[in-house]
Amino acid sequence: MRTHVLNGRVRTALWFSLAVLFLALITILGLVFAREAVVTDFSRKNLPPSSACIFGTDWMGRDMFVRTLAGLSMSIRIGLLAAGVSALLALLLGILSATMGKAVDSAVTWVIDLVMGIPHILLLILISYACGKGFRGVVIGVTLTHWTSLARVIRGEVLQLKEAPYIKVAGKLGLRPWQIAWKHMVPHLFPQFLVGLILLFPHAILHEASITFLGFGLSPEQPAIGVILSESMQYLAMGKWWLAVFPGLLLVLTVALFDVAGESLRKLLDPGSAHA
Amino acid sequence: MKTHMFFLGKQGIRMLLLLVCVSIAAFFLVSVSPVDPLQANVGQAALGSMSPEQIEKLEAYWGVGEPPVQRFLAWASDFFRGDMGISLLYRRPVSGVIAEKFANSIWLLAIAWVVSGVLGFCLGALSGMKQGTWIDRLVKGYSLLIASTPAFWLALVLLMVFAVWLKILPVGLSVPIGMEAAGVTLADRVRHAILPALTLSITGVSNIALHTREKMIDICESDYVLFARARGESNWSIFKNHGFRNAILPALTLQFASISEIFGGSVLVEEIFSYPGLGQAAVTAGIGSDVPLLLGITVISAAIVFGGNLIANILYGLVDPRIRRGGGSL
Repeated sequence: MRTHVLNGRVRTALWFSLAVLFLALITILGLVFAREAVVTDFSRKNLPPSSACIFGTDWMGRDMFVRTLAGLSMSIRIGLLAAGVSALLALLLGILSATMGKAVDSAVTWVIDLVMGIPHILLLILISYACGKGFRGVVIGVTLTHWTSLARVIRGEVLQLKEAPYIKVAGKLGLRPWQIAWKHMVPHLFPQFLVGLILLFPHAILHEASITFLGFGLSPEQPAIGVILSESMQYLAMGKWWLAVFPGLLLVLTVALFDVAGESLRKLLDPGSAHA
Repeated sequence: MKTHMFFLGKQGIRMLLLLVCVSIAAFFLVSVSPVDPLQANVGQAALGSMSPEQIEKLEAYWGVGEPPVQRFLAWASDFFRGDMGISLLYRRPVSGVIAEKFANSIWLLAIAWVVSGVLGFCLGALSGMKQGTWIDRLVKGYSLLIASTPAFWLALVLLMVFAVWLKILPVGLSVPIGMEAAGVTLADRVRHAILPALTLSITGVSNIALHTREKMIDICESDYVLFARARGESNWSIFKNHGFRNAILPALTLQFASISEIFGGSVLVEEIFSYPGLGQAAVTAGIGSDVPLLLGITVISAAIVFGGNLIANILYGLVDPRIRRGGGSL
């Protein structure tokens, strides 16, 4: 066994803070540099990475590093909105499904099966098409399609909770179902809800990038990681590898960091695995 | 036996009802769309130079101005008779377009599905049995990394490495450009499917590997494996007699349930490699407002996904003897 200076709990907390800090940094830097990201300078187009522009420049002389930051910042903000609304929807439907009786339960599980039955990307294409493409379509699409798995988890959890003695006692003491749900179930579900919320981010961001990449999402003028990567495709054959490699790597890092944040929070909130 | 048939019938009816709902939902989504098919396909400039009669004709062709419920009923009744309508972009029956694209896609999907399943299961099992070693850390690290990697970026990187730098594999399309259909050999088709299939396989591995690993760790901590070790069974025989049998069922279920994800990945990958499959057709239909084709693809792909889930449910009964004997308890 190796011995660590810091115990497991502190190390996990450190990882969590590092991940959150880094993500916050990307979001803020992207906002700060929003104007620089669209500055074109035709005296420096198609430059490979150098010390001045560490990610190189594109065909319009835009600094790829700044552009990537702005794009990721946009992705994170869309992810924040979509994951937040999605998670709340999941919590609400999960609790409704497990407490409001059989008819509501089958209705909710039916909708979950329905949403999960259409391949995710195809559903996003359909919703984006329904909203007339563009920004609104992506946000609505990503929000409406990510709640299903978390809703399933919460429903299962509530079904178990309903059998717990303290919930039964609360019922016998005359609390109404919504009072039980709010006072006794929500606090119990909160850790799972929080972890589920953070773990929704990676999916939301990847799907936002994918759908934009396919041409259904954000419009080409907007700094979006999907737009950057789909533009880079046209320049691949000419050997301009930096246009695709670095933005993609930063996207992978962002998504992985959300995973790290979610998993370490799960460890911290679950006493059983806090020291593992 | 009777309970078995009952179970199958119930699942089948459920699947059909879900498909009906999918088609209603999809139809609703495309009919609320503000996208004007005329603007998207004919263009503002061309529309301006046309006479009102011409525009009226075009509007009738693209189905502008009809009430949605009426359109849905007409579409659904045709669909039940096997007529999915005419694709507006390809100007051929939708069923024909889908059949052709599906024939291209199915190879890609099948190869990726089998390779990622087998590879993922083996890697996951290995890593679970060797928990804590460098193999375990390698497999786990790989799976976590791939889970964060968008399939379309991986496709770009592979395209760059193999097609642009090394020039050993073609850039796209399922057959060489400018060649007659008759002159295309099987080798050509395989060569053009390698990169898309590779991308889909690489990304498909991570989920199944991680789940199998968890399952294998549970199995290795069980009493029966402890007893097997005490009897002096080797690692291989423990895997063969205990690990494999217990881990294969959840893995199979997961793999059948993951058809939706592989199909989703194929949409992106086919678009990048311009592989003329179902996924690329879906994107083309969405961008070009080809509503009949988009609806057809949605219903067909949902049927494939539900079919996968149905098979997973049935397999549960076939593979696990406990469920098989007590069929009624399911």
